Amino acid sequence: MSPVLQEVVITLLKVVILTQLLLGLFSFMTLAERRLLAFMQFRLGPNRTGPFGLFQPIADGIKLFFKEELMPDSATAWAFFAAPIVAVTAAFMAIATVPYGPEFTIPGTSFKVTPQLADLDVGILFIFAVTSLGVYSVVLAGWSANSKFSLLGGLRSSAQMFSYELSLGMSFVGVIMLAGSFKISDIVATQAGGFWNWNVMPWKQGLAAVVYFISAAAEVSRTPFDLPEGETELVAGYHTEYSSMKFALMQMAEYINMITVSVLTANLFLGGWNPGLPFLPTSGLWGLAYFAAKVLFVLFVFIWMRGTLPRFRYDQLMHFGWKVLIPLAALNVLGTATLIAVFKW
Amino acid sequence: MTIPLLHALYLSAALFTIGMVGVFLRRNVITILMCIELMLNAVNLAFIAFSRASGSLDGQILVFFVMTVAAAEAAVGLAVVIALQRHRDSLDLDAFNLLKW
Amino acid sequence: MALFDRLLLFLVSEAFLFYVFSGTAVASALCVVLQRNPMHSAFALIVTFCSLSAVYGLLGAPFIAALQIIVYAGAIMVLFLFVLMLLNVKREEPSGGRALKTAAILLGALFALQVVGTLAGFGLSPAANYDSSTQSFARLLFGTRFLYVFEATSILILAALVGAVVVAKKDL
Repeated sequence: MSPVLQEVVITLLKVVILTQLLLGLFSFMTLAERRLLAFMQFRLGPNRTGPFGLFQPIADGIKLFFKEELMPDSATAWAFFAAPIVAVTAAFMAIATVPYGPEFTIPGTSFKVTPQLADLDVGILFIFAVTSLGVYSVVLAGWSANSKFSLLGGLRSSAQMFSYELSLGMSFVGVIMLAGSFKISDIVATQAGGFWNWNVMPWKQGLAAVVYFISAAAEVSRTPFDLPEGETELVAGYHTEYSSMKFALMQMAEYINMITVSVLTANLFLGGWNPGLPFLPTSGLWGLAYFAAKVLFVLFVFIWMRGTLPRFRYDQLMHFGWKVLIPLAALNVLGTATLIAVFKW
Repeated sequence: MTIPLLHALYLSAALFTIGMVGVFLRRNVITILMCIELMLNAVNLAFIAFSRASGSLDGQILVFFVMTVAAAEAAVGLAVVIALQRHRDSLDLDAFNLLKW
Repeated sequence: MALFDRLLLFLVSEAFLFYVFSGTAVASALCVVLQRNPMHSAFALIVTFCSLSAVYGLLGAPFIAALQIIVYAGAIMVLFLFVLMLLNVKREEPSGGRALKTAAILLGALFALQVVGTLAGFGLSPAANYDSSTQSFARLLFGTRFLYVFEATSILILAALVGAVVVAKKDL
C-alpha cells in the first residue's frame, strides 16, 4: 500500500472511530444524566428498558425517529433546516483537533498511532474560533421559525453565548502563556510529572480553571445557565418549533459541545493523559484510561451542577458574565504575565 | 503544488470590485456597511498575498490592525444606523437627504 | 496506483483547495450584493468570511485565519445579525433606474480591468523561508516597530466602545 493511501485510510479510520465513540458517549450521557439526577433527587430514573435502563437511549432514538417532522408555515425553510446542521458541524469540528492520549503502539504490532485527527499549530485558537461559530445555529434557529418564543429565546441565548465567550477566551490565555504554545499536546506536556504540575492548582492557573469552567458551562447552556430551556419562561426558547430528528440533532450538538468542553478542561487544566502520581504507568493505553477517567469526572460535575443549582435570571446572568468573570479573567492574565516576566514562573 | 500568488491578487481585485459595485447599487444602509466589510477583506487578502511573496510578516501585522479597525468601525457604524432608524424610521439611504441642495 | 496517488495528492494540494475556496468566496460575495433580503446578504457574507479564512490558512497565515473566524465571522457578523433582527429589516424594493445600474456595473468592470492590467506584469513567487509561526508574529507585533500602534489600537477600541454605547442609547 502506498504511503499516501495509507495516510488516507488511517485518517478515515480515525474519523470513523472518533465519530462512533462520540455518538456512543452522547447516548450514554443522556441515560447517565437522567439516572444521576434521579439518584440526587432520591428517586430511581429509567431502569426498565434493559438492565439498568441501558437500552433507554435506543428507545429514545426510535421514538424521535418516528415522530412527525413539523415546520411552521411562515418559517424560512432553508434557515430552519440549516440551524441543526450548523450546530452539529460546529460541535464536531471543534472536537476533531483535540488529542485524546499520547502516541501509543497498537499491542501486537509495531504500529504507532497518535489519537488526534489534526495537530494544528494554532490548535486551541482554532477550537475557540469554531465554538464561536456555534452561536449561528442559535441565531438561525431563533430567527427562522418566525415565532415570538423562538425569536426572544434565540436573541437571549445567543447574547448569553457570546457574552461568556470573552471570559472563556481570556481564561486560557494564562494557560497558553505558561506553556508557550497553542498546541494542546504541548500544554499537556507541561503538566507532566505529578498532580502538583496540573494547571488546576492555585499556584499555576487555579483562578483561570474556575473562570473557564463557569464560562464553558454558560457557553454550552448548562444549568445554572440554561435559560433557553426554562419552560416556564420561554416554552423551549430557540428550539420551540423543532421536532423529531432536527430536535435530536440540536440536543446532540449541545451534548457534544459539553463533551468538547470536558475534554478541553481535562487537557488544559487536569493534566490530560498524565497520571497524577509519578509511580503510575504512563505508556500508551494507560494514558487513554487516565484521560477517559478525567473527562468522565468533569461530565459528572456538569450533571451534579444541574441537579443542585437553581437557574440564573437573565439580568443576573449578564451581570455575572460582564462584570464579574471578565475582570477576573483579565486579572488572571495580568497576574500570570507579571509572574512569568518577573519571576520566570 | 503551490498557489500562484497572482491569482490570489486577482481574487482580491474581484472581491473589491464586487464590494464596490454593491456600495453603488444597494439602498439599505446595513447592506452598504456589509459591502464595505467585503472591500476591507479584499484588502486583507492582498496584504497577506504580498506578505507571502516578500517573506516578511509585516503584511500580516497590518492585517491584524485592519481587522481591529474594521471591528471598531462596524460597531460605531451600526450604532449610527440604529440612531438614524430611530430618527427617520427608514433605512433607505435616499431618505437622509437633508444636506442635499 | 501511481495515478490514484497523484489524484489524491492533487485533491489535498494547496492549489486545488485555493481554487475551491476562492470560487466559494466569489459566489457568496455575489450573493451578498445581489440578494434582496439583508438577512440573506448577512449569511452570504458569513460564508465569504469563512472561505477567506480558509484562503488565508492556505497562504501561510494560520493565526490570521483563526482571527478572521473569531473576529469577523464570530463577532462582527453576530453584531450585524443582531442589529438586523432588532430593526426588523424587510426585503428591499428594487432601486431606481437602469441608468444607475449600468453605470455602476460599467465602473466596476473598468476598475477591475485596470487592476488586473496593473497586476499582470508582476512576477510574484512565494518567498523561500516564510516563518509564519505565532511566535515570530508576536515578536514583531510587540517589538519596537509596532508596539506603539498596538497600544494606540487599544485606545481606539475603547473609544469605539464608548461611542457605540452613547450613540445607540435612547436617552442619556
